[in-house]
Amino acid sequence: MQYIIVGAGPSGVIACETIRKLDQKAQITLITGQKEPPYSRMAIPYFLEHKITEAGTYLRHNSEHFRALNIIVINEKITAIVTPKNTIKLADGTELGYEKLLLATGAHAVSPPIEGISLNDVHNCWTLEDARNIASKAVSGSSVVLMGAGFIGCIILESLLKRGVNLTIVEMGDRMVPRMMDDTAGGLLKSWCESKGVKILTSEQVTSISEADSSDKHSLIVNLKDSQDLSADLVICATGVKSNIDFLDGSGIIVDQGIIVNEFLQTNIDNIYASGDVAQGLDFSDQSLHVQAIQPTAVEHGRIAAINMVQHNSCVHHGSINMNILDTMGLISASFGQWMGVEGGQESILLDAKNFRYLNLQFKDECLVGMSSLGHTQNIGVVRGLIRSKVKLGIWKQRMMKDPSRLMEAYLADL
Amino acid sequence: MEKSLVINPDKCTGCLQCEMACSYENEGVFNPSKSRIKVFTFHQEGRFVPYTCTQCSDAWCQHACPVDAISLNLVTGAKEVNDSSCVGCKVCTISCPFGTINYNQSSGKVIKCDLCGGDPKCATACPTQAITYIDANQTGMDKMRKWASVTDNTSTNTSANA
Ligand SMILES: Cc1cc2nc3c(=O)[nH]c(=O)nc-3n(C[C@H](O)[C@H](O)[C@H](O)COP(=O)(O)OP(=O)(O)OC[C@H]3O[C@@H](n4cnc5c(N)ncnc54)[C@H](O)[C@@H]3O)c2cc1C
Ligand code: SF4
Repeated sequence: MQYIIVGAGPSGVIACETIRKLDQKAQITLITGQKEPPYSRMAIPYFLEHKITEAGTYLRHNSEHFRALNIIVINEKITAIVTPKNTIKLADGTELGYEKLLLATGAHAVSPPIEGISLNDVHNCWTLEDARNIASKAVSGSSVVLMGAGFIGCIILESLLKRGVNLTIVEMGDRMVPRMMDDTAGGLLKSWCESKGVKILTSEQVTSISEADSSDKHSLIVNLKDSQDLSADLVICATGVKSNIDFLDGSGIIVDQGIIVNEFLQTNIDNIYASGDVAQGLDFSDQSLHVQAIQPTAVEHGRIAAINMVQHNSCVHHGSINMNILDTMGLISASFGQWMGVEGGQESILLDAKNFRYLNLQFKDECLVGMSSLGHTQNIGVVRGLIRSKVKLGIWKQRMMKDPSRLMEAYLADL
Repeated sequence: MEKSLVINPDKCTGCLQCEMACSYENEGVFNPSKSRIKVFTFHQEGRFVPYTCTQCSDAWCQHACPVDAISLNLVTGAKEVNDSSCVGCKVCTISCPFGTINYNQSSGKVIKCDLCGGDPKCATACPTQAITYIDANQTGMDKMRKWASVTDNTSTNTSANA
């Protein structure tokens, strides 16, 4: 069987490995539009803070890994899919035939359409190329403006501080990580950051960026909607991402925010599957289709899609749980599933603002459906276990309503 | 024959010898808070439950890791964290539905049970045989396995779990 996997992020790589495990004779080709070996975007913050070198970001450390698994890697962009012919076209003009195709092309960073967004010292933080640019400009003592305090913005915040920059964050929403935490937790996170010397402007917007006079010691002027202009040497734009679906025009593959996939991670075309940040797949919590754009979902998709490609739709995807964990200069925050609560649900909250500790559990009937926290790390994975397995908590729900910290006991209760 | 840790909570008296042995073996100190095996206390029922990683065959932590820092020990079957690769991102800690891989703030890396390379010190230290290390096919971790099967979308498919 001839398999082509497009995209060498975590989703595409785990798919190739799973196919190889299940089918020793399969012909597997991995197409990647980047010149680097398969790497992990998630490792970029650690590259920026000098914890690892560029090689440390590689998804597989053994340079012979793909060769040893007899996976052919081609570093070229896909430009089109010719579905009636079962072929793909690459940027260099080659056309390759497939029997089964997996699209795992991930997402790209998007920037707001403001004046000056393409200036030299304005960068996204999404690729290794971006990271190299940031590393060369975010030097000790420089002034950096970070646009966006969402998950990606917050995850690079600490790396930037470790590089010794003066950091100002501009966020449109009224709090930090608005899609991961409520006002209370987001507010605590903000005051934690401010206590570490970060300037944070929430409910604020960058309206334009311009080049500073040559007499100015900074290269950029950042204009804001309500506050005073900022001077900066570097602007990092972390305002959102969008699935890489442009090359699908004319292919007949149905897309919305991402590629629409069914419970087998299969597109509307039988022998074409999609996974990871490019796929709009089932969300476990609300049973509707979302692009979650997180690593655990990318690998879950990749494995399931691969199994279904080899063993014709034998493995049902019941939906992925949205979840995140974030370390902001020692304050660890996490959120799972329907952390914002559900209609007709109940919640149980423990708050110790002085010590930056917070635990918020959300229930629906007898089940745990969501959680958000600050300062909790031990055994945190059980939250995923409890949500995913829909365990009926019985008496333990009552106990957790009184004291949410009894989560682990509830989990172990009938072990 | 591969062996695994088998825990029988009914035999546990809560003496914490396992936690002491684990932290001494792995961290060089007698400090239960650094142990990879944890004994949970149910005050109302006077019950104790030792709890650690079951080395599941298709390990969530391993798949989720962005930098290839978790690998399979082919001799013991343990999933081991390679400290020199781990960047401390913690994505494994939220991915593991059993919560048995944990972040260690002092080292900035994660820790989990590695079966002490095939001679788990918790089992040796346990005076009541609440923790034993025996042939894998005799293990009674049914509850956890069952949980694993509802948690893992793919575990109904055995051939991919080799
Ligand atoms: C700085 C940063 C930190 C992050 N931290 C976290 C975190 O802590 N937790 C978390 O869950 N997630 C995090 N993420 C998100 C996570 O990295 C993504 O969800 C994950 O990479 C998605 O994997 P993927 O395989 O679907 O796509 P990607 O990793 O984006 O891989 C897509 C691949 O497709 C290739 N490609 C794209 N277009 C084409 C084309 N036309 N032709 C050929 N190849 C193409 C790309 O080159 C790439 O190899 C972070 C992301 C960033 C940028
Ligand atoms: S914390 Fe370490 S072992 Fe865990 S996923 Fe991140 S890099 Fe891998």
